[in-house]
Order: sequence, then structure tokens, then C-alpha cells
Amino acid sequence: MLQAIILVIAQVTVLLAVSPFLAGLIRKVKARLQLRRGASVFQPYADLAKLFRKQPVISTTASWVFTATPYIVFASTISAGLLVPTFISQTPMNFAGNIIALVYLLALGTFFLILAGLDAGSAFGGMGSSREAIVASLTEPAMILSIFAIALTNGSTNLSTIVHKTALLEGSLTDPSPHLMAFAALFIVTLAETGRVPVDNPATHLELTMIHEAMVLEYSGRYLALLEWAAGLKLAVFLSLIANVFAPWGIATTPAPAAMMIGVLVYLAKVAALAVVIGIIECMFAKLRLFRVTDLLGVAFILGLLGLLFFYILRS
Amino acid sequence: MLNLLWILLGSYVVGILLPLCLSRRPEVQSLAAGTPAVVATSAGIVLGLLGITSSEPVTASLVSTIPLLTFAIRLDPLAAFFILTISLTGLAVSIYAIGYMRHFDGRAPVSVLGALFNGFLCSMTLVVLADNGIFFLIVWELMSLVSYFLVVTEHEKAEVRYAGLFYLIMTHVGTAFIILTFLILFYDSGAFSFEAFRHPKQPLPEGMRTFAFLMALIGFGAKAGIVPLHVWLPYAHPAAPSHISALMSGVMIKTAIYALIRVYFDFLDGQFPWWWGFVVLLLGATSALLGVMYALMEHDLKRLLAFHSVENIGIILLGIGAGMIFQSYWLKELAALGLLAGLYHTINHAMFKALLFLGAGSLLYATHAHNIDEYGGLLRRMPWTGVFFLIGAVSISALPPTNGFVSEWLVFQSLFLSYQLPTVFLKLMLPIAAAILALTGVLALACFAKAFGIAFLALPRSTLARHAEEVPASMRVGMGLLAAFCVVLGVAPMVMLPLLDRVVTPLAGISIGGKVLAMDGWALAPVNVEFSSLSTPALSLLLMALALLGWGLAVTFGGRLRKRRYKTWGCGINLTPRMEYTATGFVQPIKRVFSTVYQPTVKLETEFLHESRYFAKRRHFEFHIEPIFEKYLYDPLVAFFTTLADRLRVIQAGSLHLYLTYIFATLILLLLLAV
Repeated sequence: MLQAIILVIAQVTVLLAVSPFLAGLIRKVKARLQLRRGASVFQPYADLAKLFRKQPVISTTASWVFTATPYIVFASTISAGLLVPTFISQTPMNFAGNIIALVYLLALGTFFLILAGLDAGSAFGGMGSSREAIVASLTEPAMILSIFAIALTNGSTNLSTIVHKTALLEGSLTDPSPHLMAFAALFIVTLAETGRVPVDNPATHLELTMIHEAMVLEYSGRYLALLEWAAGLKLAVFLSLIANVFAPWGIATTPAPAAMMIGVLVYLAKVAALAVVIGIIECMFAKLRLFRVTDLLGVAFILGLLGLLFFYILRS
Repeated sequence: MLNLLWILLGSYVVGILLPLCLSRRPEVQSLAAGTPAVVATSAGIVLGLLGITSSEPVTASLVSTIPLLTFAIRLDPLAAFFILTISLTGLAVSIYAIGYMRHFDGRAPVSVLGALFNGFLCSMTLVVLADNGIFFLIVWELMSLVSYFLVVTEHEKAEVRYAGLFYLIMTHVGTAFIILTFLILFYDSGAFSFEAFRHPKQPLPEGMRTFAFLMALIGFGAKAGIVPLHVWLPYAHPAAPSHISALMSGVMIKTAIYALIRVYFDFLDGQFPWWWGFVVLLLGATSALLGVMYALMEHDLKRLLAFHSVENIGIILLGIGAGMIFQSYWLKELAALGLLAGLYHTINHAMFKALLFLGAGSLLYATHAHNIDEYGGLLRRMPWTGVFFLIGAVSISALPPTNGFVSEWLVFQSLFLSYQLPTVFLKLMLPIAAAILALTGVLALACFAKAFGIAFLALPRSTLARHAEEVPASMRVGMGLLAAFCVVLGVAPMVMLPLLDRVVTPLAGISIGGKVLAMDGWALAPVNVEFSSLSTPALSLLLMALALLGWGLAVTFGGRLRKRRYKTWGCGINLTPRMEYTATGFVQPIKRVFSTVYQPTVKLETEFLHESRYFAKRRHFEFHIEPIFEKYLYDPLVAFFTTLADRLRVIQAGSLHLYLTYIFATLILLLLLAV
């Protein structure tokens, strides 16, 4: 029991600590590729610290939903993060939920963000909320299908069990093609869910293009800090998911201190590598028009479905 | 237990008669109707719990002189579960109705409304208790008629009369098919008692069983609102008074689910080919997706909720359909799981849908407006209604840790466990159904973000909303009760699951309660703890602890909170409600992405200023979505029957002699046949 609590605290700390770094790393990669020097990779930490100290301004139009939302989004994102293995394959919160719980915990945050976007009464917030609603509804079926193909290989929909079994090479993988398709689908889903190019651009404040930024436009001070942190956490959750489900190498399979130390280092290397890939993608592609995003997410859905089909065909 | 049953029925009878006797004293009428209903539903809750837990079904019967008819009732776990659902919802609605009746002062006779309300609850209770085919049909018809009278409460409005007629026709078409189902079952058993249906003298031939399956599906499907038989719901539910809509949508359509399970798993003994389950699954997926899609485009709050009933019936059928497929492959545990998921969603839907309809009623009571674009900013004016509606919205969007999430999660698991099925076709179809369910879930989220966001947040969008006031205490208590049930059924599924297991055990022939409740009941693990697990108590604790962590971090890094309130930046001019996003604007991307389903027609007329075409004086915007089912299915049917009636009019000369001739001819014909 004590060990479980310590592991939960450790995982929360790792997620909280690593998420601003990932955002900083992506920005740095983009800057270097655009031949700029860019801010330090640790700049997001300073941003957060500053935002926390700033006095928040709250719209007179807004209700308690507006001030409660940052806490709900923050809590739901970390809860989702606790269902995904990071540096140790057997997370103590594994029993609390499987992939569906993860998806719906993130949806809880999305729901309140959409409400908060509408609460201040400005058209920008509504615009962001409305766009977030359509993007979210198209990503989730793709996400569930893509994970399910992998879940079948390991006979479990609990993420920790999947990772643990893969790490110990217990899964009955004969041909990697279902996994490759699921990987591609999940990567597209990640870009959409975390608001990256080509679906959303986190670096813009132009009303024609922004989705996530439009919803949080009225936030300031500590509320904005929590929401920014939560957005970083969401990215960290998705990158951990991809890194550990498809490449669980190096993850600690026992709670031995040495294994866990290696686990943390390997985990950092893996998510950092994925963040670099995202940075490169952000430089190479332009943002899609909102109504072209559906095509991209449609592709993700079909890939997930094909992964499932291939799994059954290869099995039989 | 029988005594309790008599108390229950007696209270309903008192509730029917008392308001009518007190017709001279309008001030006590709503109390006279409400108090007996509260007593009866409380008795119903106890009776339901006892009925589920008792080992032997309780029966009682009253023989009548009419052949084939006995007034037989039987309380087995399945019936008891539905009595529990009806009574829990009924209790909250009865309390709510006491205050809500004031809304009808001078517009409708409160005494009649109160009497019909009790009659409606009573007939629904009898439907699930009936143990004789003819008796069942009588109370079923009673339920339909009473609800029809309740739907047309405001019969001075033409659209209400149309809604009533539509409902009456649809429900009677349904009843015709139900009669056919019972006749097939009667054909081999020779009696109308349910006992005889269960144990026919010789087994029904395969063709007849299939026929019975289809007839029951159409007959009860019309009441449940399965696509394409759902068209009456968006008319009837908004037309009825809100507390009646809550009962109709929360409970009445569930009696059809009860009857379907009764016919398939009890009368037909749970023995059927796989495609029966597949048909149910397909209809469930279609209903779920189309229900939520049409709901998104609705801005009349009660019509929106009515479409969500179609969606949720679809989700229930996904669970039951999966259960039926597993049953036909003798995967008993999974069959039990599918049924359990469907039934859990049944009671959950009753709770949150009744809550949302009561919330919609409160908004009507406070503003007298139907369209959510006329609300806005109501969370400040009506804080209690707002919180309760939000809980309902979170539950119906299946967000953790509420009840909707738990049952939808169980449905997901039963669909995922399809990998144990022997055929690749089904192995693929069930995960696709799961993906459809995921899409449905998120669209429902979008829909309720719209409904709550537009109605309760930001600035009031009309003078009506600006002057709205919080509803009376009894209405708040009614809603609060349902909100509490929503939270408890979500956070503590270990309370409900053992009961559900007892209901499912006789149907699937196996008990899975011990397996589903893992870790001393703190986690749910459908059949196999390796495959998946969920613990809503843990998740809710986690959410609370982490929200506290967020607060702690904010205080640590930022110190004491000194917030400043200032108006929203409106690009230099003062913010007005006209600048806010509307419900129509909110769903525009969804409308565009799914335009193949909606077939929208948009009309934009602009009147320009005389001086320049760059300045618009007035714009008129209109958009409609194609009512596909009404246009391509119902209109041709109506046209066909009208033509047929025109043709048949030839034999209706209106002359008495002619009719006497017809009777004589028929008599001769029958005599000849008899010989």
C-alpha cells in the first residue's frame, strides 16, 4: 500500500516535471529548424512561475464554472496520466481504469473547457469551443479502435497490463503490421488531441485558426498557468502512451530502485525523441483548414480499423 | 410482500380519486395528487428491492369471467428491477410535480392532471407486473391512453393536438404488432398466461419463433423509440408537461425494453440464432448515432432531450444485442454481462433523463421560453437548477465518475469481449459498434456542452431570461433527489451491481456478480480482471485529490488569491448578448461535417442599404435539416393508406340495408367455414 502511494506520487511528479520541458523542447526544435536560436528549453517553467504570481482578471460575465474549470481540467488530465505507464510498467492505479476510462477522463476536461469557452460571453471563446467539439468527436472513435488492435494482442484493455506484457514479451505478436497501423492512427490522434499542427496551432492567436487558444483566451494568472500546465500534461500523457505501448524497451518491470532509475532515464529519452518528431512535423506541414481535418482523422479511423482487420486475418 | 403491493396499488387509487373529489379546492389538489404518489412510489422502492432479493417470485391472481383473461401478477427479479426504476423516478417526479403544478394554474385542470399522473404511474407498474397476455395488453393500452391524455394537456395548441395524434397512431401500430406476437405465442401454448408462454406444450417451429422475434421488435420498438420508429418522440415529449415528459422518457419507453427482454429471454427461453442479436445490435447502433445527431441540431430543449432518449435506447440495445449474440454462442458469462450493462444503463438513463426533463421544466417554469437561444446566464439567476442540470448533463455525456459513464463503460466492455466469438464477421462488427458508441458519446458531450453552455452561461439572451427566478423548493428537492441518484449510482456501482446480477442470473442462467465485483467491490472487472477494470470510487477520490493538488500548487507558487473582475473584452465596444455564440453557430461545424446525414438546406437573404452594397440592413437566415424518415418512409406510407381508404370508400355507401347485407353475408361465410 505504502509502495503504491509512493509510486503514485512519483508518477505525478514525473508527469508534472516533464510536461513543461516537452513544450519547451518542441519550441526549441522549431526555432532551430527555422534558423532561430529560440528560447531555452526551460522557458516554459519560468512562464508558469510567472503566470502563477500574476493577478488573475475574471470576466464579470463569467460564473463559477469558469473558475472551477482549471482545477477540473488539471485533475482530470493527471488522473488520465496515472492510468498510463511512464517509467514503471505496473502502475499502481492500473485497477482504476482502462483505455475507455482514459478517453473519458480526458473528455471530462474537454467538456469543462468547452463550457468555460462559452462562459465569458465573447465570440472567440464560443468559436474555440465549437471547433473543439467537432475535433474531439472525430478523434475518439479513431483512438479507441487503434488501441483496441493492440489490446487484442495482449488480451487486455488496461494500459499498464498491455505495456507490462509487451515489455516481458508475453504478447503473441507474429506480424507487426497491425501495430504499425495502430501506431500511425494513434500518432494522428495525438496531434489532434493535443492541439498541434496540422490540426491546431498552439503558437497562434488568430481567430481564423485557433482552437484551444480561443477557449482559454479569457484566462489569466494562476488559472491560465493551470490550464497551460494541463495542456502540457496532456501532451506528456499521449507521448507516454505511444512510447510505452509501442516501444516498452527499458521500462522498469519491477519496483527495484535501480530498474526504476533506468526507467526514468529511458522514459525521458523516449518522450523527448517523440517531442522532437512533433517539432519537425510542425515545421514541415502547414495547418489544415478546419474542414480538412475531418479527412485526416478519417484516415486515422480507417487505419485503426485496418489494424483490427489485419490482426484477425493474420490470426486465422 | 403482497401487503406492500396492495399498499402501492391502493395509494395509486387514492391518488387517482382524491384530486377528483377535491375539485372545488384547487389549492390542495396538487398535494392531494402528490402525497399518495409519494407513498406509492416509496412502497414501490421497497417492493422492488425485496422483489430483487427474494428467492421465489411472488404471484397473485384474480380470476375473471372473461375467457382467457386472469388478472395475474408476478413479481420476479426482472419485474422488481423495473418497479424499482419506475418508483425511484416516480418519487422524485411526484415531489417535483407538487410545485410544478402551479405552472398550469388556469391553463389546465390540476385535479385531472394529478389523477392522470397517478394513473400513469399505476399503469406502468402493472405493465411490468402483469403475468397474463390479455391483462398485459389491457394495462399496456391503459398506459398508452393515459399518457396520450397527458400529452394533450395543452390541447388548445394545434401542434400539441398533432403531437398527440401522431403518438396515438404510432403506439397503436405498435400494439397491433404486440398482439400478433402474443397470438403466435398463444398458437402453441393454447393459453394467454405467461406461464404457458414460457412452457409451450410443443416447442414453436423455427419460422414462428423468427416471426415472433420480428413482431415483438417492431411492436415494442415503436414504444421504445428505435430508429426508424422513433419519429413520435420529438413530437410527444415536448408537447407533454415536463414532469410527464420525464416519466415518459425516463420510464415509459423502458417498459418496452422490459417487454423485449421478457419475450426474448423468458418466453423464447434465450435460444435464438446469432442474427437476432445482430439485428438488435445494428438497430441499437443506428438509434444511438442518429438520435444524438438529430439532437445536436435541435434548439428546443425538450425536443433535444427527446432525441437523446432515442440515443440512449440505442445504447441500451447495444448492451442487450451484444448479450443476445453471446447467448446464441453459449458464452453465458458474456451474455450476462451484456444484459447487465443494458439494464444498468436503463436505470441510469431513467435517472439522468428524468433529471434533465425536470430541469427543462424548471426553465420553462421560470422563463416560459422553449428555445435555448432565449435562455443564457441562468446559472446566476437559478443556481440550484443550474447545478442539477449540470450533473444531469455530465451523466448523460457519460463522463466519469457519474452513472452514465459506468454503464456505458460496461457496454464498451461487452462489445470489446467480442474477440471470444468464433466468427470474424462478428469479431469486427462489435468493435465497430464500440467505435460508433465512442462517436455517440462525444457527440452527446458536444450536445450537452451546447445545451448547458448556451442556456446557463454567459449573458442572458432575452428579457425573459434576465428576469428568471429560482423555482420553488419542492421542484428543487425533486431534481436534487435525482441528481443524488446519478452521483451515487456512478460513484458506488457496488450498490447496484449485486442487485442487477440477481436480475440477470435467471435470464442468462449464470451469476457473474462475484466476478464483476473485484477487490471487495471497489473495482469492476467484467468477467476477467486481466482484460479490463474500472474503479469509480478510486477515480473520484483521485480527481478530488488532484484538484486539491492544483489548488495547493496555485497557492504555493502564487500566494493568496487576489482576483480582479472586469468586463469581457468586446473589441472596444460593450459586450452584448448578440455577440455571443448561438446554439446554431455552435453546431455549425458538426452540421457541415455530417452534411450527408443532415442534408441541410440553408437560406440566407440579405437586404442591403440603398446607398451601398457593402452594408447590410437586414439579414434573414434559415436552415432546415431534412427529416429523412418522415419524408421517405412515413409520408409514402401515409399517402398509401390515404389512397387505400379512398378506394375502399366505395363499399361504404352509408345505407343501413347495405350494411345489413354485409353482416348477413359474413355470417353465411363463417357458417360455411365452420362446416
